[in-house]
Amino acid sequence: MFAYDSVILARMLTSMTLVFHIIFATIGVGVPLLISVAEYIGIRKRDPHYVLLARRWTRGFVIIVAVGVVTGTAIGLQLFLLWPTFMQIAGHVISLPLFMETFAFFFEAIFLGAYIYTWDRFKGRYTHWYLSLPVIIGGGMSAVFITSVNAFMNTPQGFTLVGRTITSVEPLKAIWNPATPSKVFHVLTSSYMTCGAVLAAITAFFILKYGNNKYYKKALKVTMIVTLIFSIFTAIAGDTSAKFLASYQPEKLAAAEWHFETEKGADLILFGKLTEDNEVKGAIHLPKLLSFLSFGDFNSEVIGLDRVDADLIPPLWIHYMFDLMVTLGAYSIMISMLFVLFMFWKKRDQYNKWLLRAIVINAPFAMLALEFGWIYAEVGRQPWIMRGYLRVAEGAVSSPYVHIAFAMFLILYVLLGTFVTVVLVRLYKKNPIQKEWEQRFPDTLFGGDQK
Amino acid sequence: MSYEILGLSALWFFLFAYLIIASIDFGAGFFAYYAKQTKKDHILNRLIARYLSPVWEITNVFFIFFYYGLAGFFPDAGYYYGSAMLIPGSIILVLIGIRGSFYAFENYGSRSSLLYTFLYGASGLLIPAAIATGLTISEGGFLREANGSVYLRYTELLTNPFSWAVVFLAIVSVLYISANFLTYYASKAGDEPAKKLLRSYALFWAAPQIIASLTAFIAISRQNPEHYNNMLNLWWMFGLSVLFFLIAVYLIYKEKRFGLSFICVMLQFFFALLGYGIAHMPYILYDQIQVAADATLPAMGTALLLAFGGGLLMLIPSLILVMRMFLFDAEYVKGKK
Repeated sequence: MFAYDSVILARMLTSMTLVFHIIFATIGVGVPLLISVAEYIGIRKRDPHYVLLARRWTRGFVIIVAVGVVTGTAIGLQLFLLWPTFMQIAGHVISLPLFMETFAFFFEAIFLGAYIYTWDRFKGRYTHWYLSLPVIIGGGMSAVFITSVNAFMNTPQGFTLVGRTITSVEPLKAIWNPATPSKVFHVLTSSYMTCGAVLAAITAFFILKYGNNKYYKKALKVTMIVTLIFSIFTAIAGDTSAKFLASYQPEKLAAAEWHFETEKGADLILFGKLTEDNEVKGAIHLPKLLSFLSFGDFNSEVIGLDRVDADLIPPLWIHYMFDLMVTLGAYSIMISMLFVLFMFWKKRDQYNKWLLRAIVINAPFAMLALEFGWIYAEVGRQPWIMRGYLRVAEGAVSSPYVHIAFAMFLILYVLLGTFVTVVLVRLYKKNPIQKEWEQRFPDTLFGGDQK
Repeated sequence: MSYEILGLSALWFFLFAYLIIASIDFGAGFFAYYAKQTKKDHILNRLIARYLSPVWEITNVFFIFFYYGLAGFFPDAGYYYGSAMLIPGSIILVLIGIRGSFYAFENYGSRSSLLYTFLYGASGLLIPAAIATGLTISEGGFLREANGSVYLRYTELLTNPFSWAVVFLAIVSVLYISANFLTYYASKAGDEPAKKLLRSYALFWAAPQIIASLTAFIAISRQNPEHYNNMLNLWWMFGLSVLFFLIAVYLIYKEKRFGLSFICVMLQFFFALLGYGIAHMPYILYDQIQVAADATLPAMGTALLLAFGGGLLMLIPSLILVMRMFLFDAEYVKGKK
């Protein structure tokens, strides 16, 4: 009973930290790209309005990164505190990318510090912009390394285990396990997509509130194009992931797709509800599509849950997570595509109120898609913490105090979440764009029109 | 030299670097709060803000390096500490969370608040106290193994004079190291009033620092006689440490060569930590984890060392770049940029 409780609590605490951290981590990885793009366009076109955009994004970004640093430190150490047995094995086999992730983050932090304090310090036009590149690379690389650790949990390899002793390791093989390529691809593209969506939503919100002008138009154009590009890449990455799952982790795909019987030409099941006798109701069946998505062939055989041991089947509710993730991702593609289409199709106005509202909603949707995607990825690995080797229940700490730690972190996250919101809102309210515009460009009206 | 000794040396280096950098950072946070509380913030806070802003995230990374490095080179140590440290570790994390965030809120946000300053000033003193628990536990006698798991003996930890001696040493050292560095930084910035104030802090904390060091040194003799005897055999290292302490205090007192004085402070801690560390061998965690016996496999050890070397090759030039831009750029230090 006691061991069981500490397992559940350890899972709850880890989930809570991850759900909170992912928001900040994603922004930490993705937003530098948008800042850098805006600054680059500004320098290239000699248009200081884009540079102002980059500056204003950076100010909020720094605060979010600071929270990301501390939640990242938290999850890093919590892995040891809550999953000591897992980390003992993982320490032997997969500590290399953990170590390298720290270097990558270090690199990012150093150059971010340099970037935010040196806006007007250099003579060369591009010098300051160059500083943004190591920030993007550092953030991207830390995502690559940490994702490889998560990938390892799904398809562990590169070691020999005898009892509880590891007798040989190949560190690079452990990093480059079968799950790594598709997972890294998916994580990076979805980060850039989400950050594009968030910054686009903020712009659209201001257009709805204060009316449109050239400055907002520039901001929305950049962010929506980035959103479109990376929404499409995210979908491609999702497809790559499905193909990976079909070959290497079929039970995760089968559970998410409610694919019970192994068969050729398997249908794809969308939405629907599962009855108590595992009967699918009210779902849309797309004939043979699951086979196609799994192997690129409509008649290929897809392994169903009948081939999986009963106690190794992941919870079937991950189907809802999967559907939500895909639906919200599709929404992002649709909205950004519409916007870009309207940009070229002069008859339609890409700044019409309904589209702007749809863009505002896209930000929480994209963030939720990310959360649902991670819940799917993590719960879909159950009951394993290290697939095939170690179950979650065996990896957890056995301590009577996990609930105290849980309460401490809950309070911390509520506190940080509240304060970060208040501080961000106040930051932009106190120095609104209209005011900053007047100081920087006193000759023009806000937006860029001549007075 | 074998890979586990190299690995251990790398870990030791991280610990030492963290000790110095984090102490400066934590102490600066506390002094910023104290100055604000005593209405002296007009003298200090500009200087402290100029130093802290670009470096605080870097500080945190050294801590992460240390525990990932420990778990990489000595996975069993990661297991023992991980199992036992749930509550102390969570406290450290919550404090780091509060400190990092409220530092950012105060400095990158739009308004300054005494509450924010208090939160990051106070948490800065508690973090080293909590982290020091890790060193305390390494002396042995605080862990209990049962049902295939490892537990921390909380009562033993909280009632043991040795653990409180370590906590006291940690807090006092933070204030001492920080005051010394900031005195040097202020003199470099040519900020006479700040230098005067900080110099008085540095002198004030010197005596408690050496008393706390000696107390902790003696307290080890009761907690772990074997370690203590090893330390006595290395008496000359601790002698050097005390010597550098005296030189540092002398220089500060005479108000000359603050740079050299801070180097002496670093050497003081360098020799004390080195002597402590060498005497700790062959154990990482007394009785349970040994350096050679519990190291990771050679393939991983080598890979980690290569990554460490490669990482340093990349980081050191970048660090030098940033330092030249901020810490040691006279114009920036003086606030002209």
